[in-house]
Amino acid sequence: MRRIALAACLMIASLAAPAMAARVELLNVSYDPTRELYKAVNTGFAAEWKKKTGDDVVINQSHGGSGKQARSVIDGLEADVVTLALAYDIDAIADKAKLLPAAWQARLPNNSTPYYSTIVFLVRKGNPKGIHDWGDLVKPGVKVITPNPKTSGGARWNFLAAWGYGQKALGTPAAAQDFVKKLYANVPVLDSGARGSTVTFAERGIGDVLIAWENEAQLADQELGAGKFEIVVPSVSVLAEPPVAVIDKVVDKHGTRKVAEAYLSYLYTPAAQEIIAKNGYRPRDPAVAKRYAARFPTIQLFQIDRNFGGWTKTQARFFADGGIFDQIYTGGAPGL
Amino acid sequence: MTIYMNEVAAGFASRITAVAPMPTSRQVWGVASSNPSRPRSIIPGFGLTMGITLFAVSVIVLIPLSAVFIKAAGMTGAQFAATALSRRALDAYKLSFGAAAAAAALNAVFGLVTAWVLVRYELPGKRIISALVDLPFALPTAVAGIALTALYAPNGWIGRWLAPQGITIAYTPLGVVIALVFVGLPFVVRTVEPVLADLGGDVEEAAATLGASRFQTFRRVVLPAIGPALLTGCALAFARAVGEYGSVIFIAGNMPFKSEIAPLLIIVQLEQYNVAGATAIAATMLVISFALLLVINLAQGWQRRRRSA
Repeated sequence: MRRIALAACLMIASLAAPAMAARVELLNVSYDPTRELYKAVNTGFAAEWKKKTGDDVVINQSHGGSGKQARSVIDGLEADVVTLALAYDIDAIADKAKLLPAAWQARLPNNSTPYYSTIVFLVRKGNPKGIHDWGDLVKPGVKVITPNPKTSGGARWNFLAAWGYGQKALGTPAAAQDFVKKLYANVPVLDSGARGSTVTFAERGIGDVLIAWENEAQLADQELGAGKFEIVVPSVSVLAEPPVAVIDKVVDKHGTRKVAEAYLSYLYTPAAQEIIAKNGYRPRDPAVAKRYAARFPTIQLFQIDRNFGGWTKTQARFFADGGIFDQIYTGGAPGL
Repeated sequence: MTIYMNEVAAGFASRITAVAPMPTSRQVWGVASSNPSRPRSIIPGFGLTMGITLFAVSVIVLIPLSAVFIKAAGMTGAQFAATALSRRALDAYKLSFGAAAAAAALNAVFGLVTAWVLVRYELPGKRIISALVDLPFALPTAVAGIALTALYAPNGWIGRWLAPQGITIAYTPLGVVIALVFVGLPFVVRTVEPVLADLGGDVEEAAATLGASRFQTFRRVVLPAIGPALLTGCALAFARAVGEYGSVIFIAGNMPFKSEIAPLLIIVQLEQYNVAGATAIAATMLVISFALLLVINLAQGWQRRRRSA
């Protein structure tokens, strides 16, 4: 008897819960270094959403390597929105699990990237090895720290920035390949993720230069060793665009489309752009960008779409099995 | 003394059957089917427990593992070979299995000595040492990897003394072995310890009164008795080390052809959304591991037979 009463109570409670629900939950599946950024963004968005609709919104975050996160979503992690390190990973979600349309990247401004970044160098205080540009990384005796592009999305940007420099400075793809081969010959440790490389460089004291995302370099500079490092901005680099997208099938199932879309649109507002700039990512909003210009020096940036023909092509050419990255270790012979 | 030793053997026979279930179960099945008038066992429920055993082994071990082979079977032979038998993969297997074997061998020595001390001597803080031995079980392996890397990196507490001598441990295959020794130690200690305790000091005393030297006592009396348990412990430590990822990945350096472990190649394949490629490497590792564990089990059986003969 008592058990029936208890069951009835539970049933009423579960029925009543949605009725009271002025409370929505979103899951944002993101990549590794955006923890601090989205914590700040979520607080800002929750306040604004409350003001606009009177509803409470709680945004849960999941962080990890970009490729691993994409795989979790493909395998059934119910992300309302994804905010990953490269378009290729969201393409994979669209392609393999069909959770959003293939043309997702055209749905929001700036290729669905409300912020961007680039690849810079972090060197030890005083720059003892005199590193000023990509060409200095292939000099004998210079130890370079960068993660493995086969396991780290962030590392692919590093590789492509180096390749872009090689192609521009030396003229041909063959010369560019030779350049990156020399560069990776100077790499003593290939960590599996970008954070791992930062730790290897900053905490373990390995290497003379860390190739890193600008936001990660700024974070390392501020958090890990105030005054122990210097950021060096190379002559050219790559436009790193970490995109965002609503996962259609999931928001339609959860009934959270409106709030999920509002969340991503919020990222483009001046308030959010300010948070973005404070966290070391380059803002899109011109007014905010102007205010933070000192922190983000202007560099000539290669673009994946214009200079490399898009991510799918880039992935197949450089990072697939037997691709150029494998070739620089196997000495040109294909087959891993 | 022989009788006593047989009792000891019976005492840990259960542990050995747990590791080598196949021959024992086949034996039992054979008896059950060929001799229906067999006297009933004292403990009832063979049918039920055997059913549960088969169910558990299937659900927990066989079905997940067969999924690996089914996924890999979707590839053509050439695709399989290109991924699982490439030079880079072969180097990775060599490192994974070689380092695991080296770590198991080191653990055989250190684990045996540790177990010996814990069983044979009373010393202050013994309980604490005993608890410490288990820590590698409990610690998330990534934590172990980060801690070991911090110690052995050229600027770490230990690494900074070795670096001037030209010895680098972190980011080399040597670092891999160190990490695997760390995760494998409890297996050896915990399998040898109860057998050593069962053996008791009186056997050694008996050997001494019969004129055996200390070394002879160890070689002819103690070692044969604890041999199967030691082998089991090493096999467990080895098996664990082959598949270890979390602790190794931080200390390995992950350089292709040099310090890249096989589980990393599986992750690399997964990062490319190439599940078939990942399972191809996984299946190859499984086959090698199974073959090695089978050999170890056969060696145990041989050891046991030789001793009871």
